[in-house]
Amino acid sequence: MTSALRERLVAVAVRVAGISAIALLLVIFFFLIQQGLPALAEVPLPDLIGSRWYPIEGTFGLVPLVLGSLLVTLAATLIAVPLGVATAVFIAEVAPRSVREVLKPFIEVMAGLPSVMLGFLGIAILAPELYHRLRLTTGLTAFTGALLLGWIAIPTIVSVAEDALDAVPRGYRDGALALGANRWQTIWRVTLPAARGGVLTAVMLGIGRAFGETMAVMMVTGNAAVIPRGWGALFQPVRTMTATIAAEMGEVAGGSTHYHVLFLIGILLFLISLAVNLVGASVVFRARTRAERILS
Amino acid sequence: MASQIPFPFIAQQPLPPARSAKIVIEHLTLVYSDGRESLRDISLTLPNRAVTVLFGPAGGGKSTLLRAINRLNDLTDVKRMQGHIWIDGLDILDPATDVIALRRRVGMVFARPVVLPMSVRQNVSYGLELAGQRDRRRLSEAVHRSLEAAALWDEVHDRLDQPAASLSGGQQQRLCLARVLALEPEVILLDEPTSGLDPISTEKVETSLHELKNRYTIVLVPHSIQQAARMADHAAFILDGELVEYAPGRELFVHPRHPRTEDYIEGRFG
Amino acid sequence: MNARRQRQWTQRAGFGLLTLATIVTTLPILLIVLLILQRGLAAITPEFLLAFPSDGLRAGGIFPAILGTVLLTFTMTLVVAPLGIAAGIYLAHYAPDNRLTRSIRIAILNLAGIPSVVYGLFGLAFFVIFFRMGTSILAGALTLAIMTLPVVITTTEEAVRSVPNSFHVVSVSLGGTDWQSVRRILLPQGLPGILTGVILGVERAAGETAPILFTAAAVYLPHLPTSPLDPTMALPYHLYVVSTQIPGMPAGVQYGTAAVLLILVLLMNIIATVIRSRARARRRW
Repeated sequence: MTSALRERLVAVAVRVAGISAIALLLVIFFFLIQQGLPALAEVPLPDLIGSRWYPIEGTFGLVPLVLGSLLVTLAATLIAVPLGVATAVFIAEVAPRSVREVLKPFIEVMAGLPSVMLGFLGIAILAPELYHRLRLTTGLTAFTGALLLGWIAIPTIVSVAEDALDAVPRGYRDGALALGANRWQTIWRVTLPAARGGVLTAVMLGIGRAFGETMAVMMVTGNAAVIPRGWGALFQPVRTMTATIAAEMGEVAGGSTHYHVLFLIGILLFLISLAVNLVGASVVFRARTRAERILS
Repeated sequence: MASQIPFPFIAQQPLPPARSAKIVIEHLTLVYSDGRESLRDISLTLPNRAVTVLFGPAGGGKSTLLRAINRLNDLTDVKRMQGHIWIDGLDILDPATDVIALRRRVGMVFARPVVLPMSVRQNVSYGLELAGQRDRRRLSEAVHRSLEAAALWDEVHDRLDQPAASLSGGQQQRLCLARVLALEPEVILLDEPTSGLDPISTEKVETSLHELKNRYTIVLVPHSIQQAARMADHAAFILDGELVEYAPGRELFVHPRHPRTEDYIEGRFG
Repeated sequence: MNARRQRQWTQRAGFGLLTLATIVTTLPILLIVLLILQRGLAAITPEFLLAFPSDGLRAGGIFPAILGTVLLTFTMTLVVAPLGIAAGIYLAHYAPDNRLTRSIRIAILNLAGIPSVVYGLFGLAFFVIFFRMGTSILAGALTLAIMTLPVVITTTEEAVRSVPNSFHVVSVSLGGTDWQSVRRILLPQGLPGILTGVILGVERAAGETAPILFTAAAVYLPHLPTSPLDPTMALPYHLYVVSTQIPGMPAGVQYGTAAVLLILVLLMNIIATVIRSRARARRRW
C-alpha cells in the first residue's frame, strides 16, 4: 500500500470513528422513540399526567415517579453541592501538598465505587439505623436515597470544580494577596468567582449524576409510587423514574403497553439529561467569554 | 515607504558567475487569516553555496518567508498566497508539488531546540526512518556523518542511546542541525537558531554553518545584527512584509542604500 | 477586636469549615470501605472464589459471577478501545475547527450524561431485540461499550493533546505525514493517559448493574457460558440479588460478594494511578 493511500485510509477511519459519536446519539434516541412513542398512542395523555402509577390495573400516571425523582435529586443536591464545593475548595486552595496527594486519588476511588455496593450498605446498615434513630415507619425513604445519592454525586462535583479552581491563573491570587487580602478573602472574592463557570458545570454534572442514578435509589427508597406531599414526604418511601424502569422491566411482556410506557420514561430521562448537559455547557461558555472581555 | 525605492533587483550587485540562483522567489504575497505577519509582493533570489541572511525587526515576516520555502505554512491559517517560489526551476507553491519530498530537500532548524522524546541516535535518524530507511548500518553511518557535520560527534558519541533531552541547550540545537543534515538536503533554513544559546555554542553553530555553506544553500534569520553581519554572504532587509533592500553582505552592512536599512542597522529602531 | 484580628478569625473559621466539610465527605466512604473489607474478607475463601453457588445462592461460591464480569468487560474493551481511541485521535489531531467537530463534541458530552438505565433500555431494544442477540454476553458487552465510549474518547483526546505540538511540527518539517506523527510520537507519548482512561472505563463498567440488567444478566445459571450469545451471571448484579431478592441470605455471602467487587474496583484504580504517576515521572518534556 502506498504511503499516500495509507494516509487517506487512516484519515477516513478516524473521521468515521469521530462521527460515530453523533451517530450513536441519534441511534439511541431513535430506538427509544421507536419503543416509547406507542405509549402516547396507547395511553391517553391525561392518564399519563395522572397521579396514580398502578401498572397492574393499567394506570400509568407518571407524576408520582417524576416527583419522586425530583424530590430525591433535590435533597441529594442540597447535601452534595455544599459538601462538594467546600471539599473542592479545600483541596485546591487550602490543603497542604501532602494532603492533596492523598485526597485527590481518594476522590477518584470514591467516584469508582459501584452504586450497587453503596445500595447494599444502604439496606444493610443505613436504613435500619435511620429507622431506629429517627423513629420512622420504615428506613427505606427518600431521605435514605438522598443521603446515598449525595455521596455518589460528591466526587463528580469535587473533581470538576477542583479542576476549575486549579485553572484560575496564579496571577489572580498573587494580585489579590499583593493588595493585602488574606487567603480566605482571596478565595471568596477572587478565585471562586473566577472559577464560577467551571464550578457551575461541576454542580450541573453532579445533579445529572444524582438524577440518573438507578441501583442505589432502587434499593433504598422503598419503591412506593406515591406522590410526595409536604416535607414529611422526605421520610416516606418514594419511587424514582430510574428505579421504576429497573424494577419493572424484568417482569414486563415485550410489546405491551407497560413496556412502551417504561420506554417513554426512558425518553424523558434522556431528554432531561440532555437539557441539563446543554445548560451546563452553555453556562461555561458564557462565563468564559465574559471574563475574556473584561481582561482584554 | 519601501515602495519609494526602485525594484530590489536593480539594487542587486551582479553575482559571481560560479554560483547559480538555487531559489527564486517571485512576487510572493501571503496573508494570514488574522492579518499579522504577512508578506507583500516579495521577489528575491537565494544563491547556492552561500549564506543568505533575512534580517529585520520582529513581526516583519522573516519567519513567514522562511516557512514558505519548505511549505511549513501549510500547517497554519493562511488566507491567501500568491506568487511563485522556484527551486531548481520547479514552482513549489504549485498544488501538485510533492511536499514531503520537498521537506526532505529543504530542512529547517527552529529557534528553540525541539528534540524529540527519543534517544540522541533516534533523533538524528528520525527523518531517514520516516522516509522508509531501515538498514541499521546505513542509519548508523548517517548518524555518525551528521553528528560530525554538526560538530557534535565528539561530545555525544559515547551516549548515543541516552535521551536527547539530557543534552545541554547548545548540544540540543546542534542535534537539531544534525537531524536535518541526516536527510542530506540541498537547502537549510535556520530561524534564529542561536537565540537561546550561550556564546560558545553560538560560535560552534556559526562555524558549522561556515563549513556547510560550501555544500548547501543556507537561509538564515539571525537573532542580532552582529550575527547577520558575521554570517551574511548576501543579506535581505525585510520590513513590514516587504523587501526593502538586498545586496551582498559586505555591501549592505557597510554601505546600506536605503535610509530605513541604515536606521535599523544603526539601531535607531527595531 | 480590630479589623485585622477579625479577618484572621474569619479565615480560621472558614478554613475550619472547609476542613470539616472535607472530613464529612471522605470519612464515611473510608469507613464504608473498611467495613466491607472487614466483614467481607473473612468470607472470601478459595471455595468462595472458585465454586458455584448452591442452596439458592445462599452457599457455595460466586465464581460464575466473577467470570461473567471478566467476560463482559473484556469483550467490551475489545470494542470500545479501538473505536474510542480512534475517535480521540481524530478530535485531537485531525479534526478541523468547524461545526461538525463541535457537534461531535456536544454529542460526546450528551452521551456521557445519559443515565445508565437508559443505556440498558437501548441495549435491550437494539441488541437484544433488533439484532436478535437475546440476553447475551455480546449484547451486554456492546451496551457497556457504548456507555464507556465517551470516557475513552475524552481521555484519549486529552492525552494526545497534552503532547507538545512542536513535536508534530518537527516531524512534518522532516518530511513526515500526519499518520507518522501519530504513530511514532503522539500515540507512544500519549499511551499512559490513554491506558488510564481505558482502565477507568473498565472499572466503571465492571461495577454497573443497570446496563446489563436487561441485556446480559441472569440470576443463576447452572453452568458457565459457552458462547457470546449465552447469558451470564455478573458480580454487581449478583450483589443486588443476594442483598435484596433472597430471604435468609447469610450476611457473609453478601459482604463477601461486596468485598470481591470492591477489591476488583480498587485494584483497577491502583493500576491506573500507578501508570499515571510513573508516566508523569518519566516524562521527558
